Amino acid sequence: MSEARKDHRKAASKQPGDKERNGEQREPGWAAGLKKLYDSVVEEPLPDAFKDLLSRLDDAGK
Amino acid sequence: MSKDRSGDRSGDSSADFKRELTQVIPHLRAFARGLCGRADMADDLVQETLLKAWAARDRFEPGTSMRAWTFVILRNAYLTDMRRNRFRGEYDETLAERILTAPADQEEPIHLADLHRALLTLPAERREALLLVGAGGFSYEEAAQICGCAVGTIKSRVGRARATLSAMIEDGTVPQRSSGDKAAHRAILQELDQVSTGNRKAAMR
Repeated sequence: MSEARKDHRKAASKQPGDKERNGEQREPGWAAGLKKLYDSVVEEPLPDAFKDLLSRLDDAGK
Repeated sequence: MSKDRSGDRSGDSSADFKRELTQVIPHLRAFARGLCGRADMADDLVQETLLKAWAARDRFEPGTSMRAWTFVILRNAYLTDMRRNRFRGEYDETLAERILTAPADQEEPIHLADLHRALLTLPAERREALLLVGAGGFSYEEAAQICGCAVGTIKSRVGRARATLSAMIEDGTVPQRSSGDKAAHRAILQELDQVSTGNRKAAMR
């Protein structure tokens, strides 16, 4: 990445106030990490405790 | 649409509800993990949410977003538990093993664990706003409904949360394990009163 681009990115992230007012907020460089953090949990296999709980819900509904 | 107010739903609609509820569990787990630092506590929170959602299933309108509906319940349960000081803000270090691949425009990879720790230092209302919009993919409008506040408020919270995290990451001031979590916990408690006011209204509808 060029120095110019890097400076631009830094400058942009230091002035979030302007972006907020536009409604369209630019996503910072770490934004993908936040999605990845979330998705990594979504993709985890469901622990057995949840399957047990779901089967108990069945009984309670009858 | 006819509503049966006398009590039990038909078996079919209960089955539909349960199927939809099952489908959102991974998302509830992800949201909860972002809200509180420990995976086991996050899962406890999700279980509590599922039980509450099941108990309130007559109030769910078929065709509306199960994810948004259950997120409101989870959020309320979280805030209530925070009040009881159940979450100590301990951090789950298993996530520390995961390293984020560097985005195209960035030289240094961000550790997901660092990002999560930084996230946990945010005030609760900004953290949840950023999680909903920036991680969960909700629109500002949907996030505002979940949090029981104005769209402009959500935009402002997301903007502030992003600014804070960007500054922490660029300045290298992402907190270390324990101190950061204590700071996170303090910040959460400080803002809890303000957050829970709007939130209860949304849940009681």
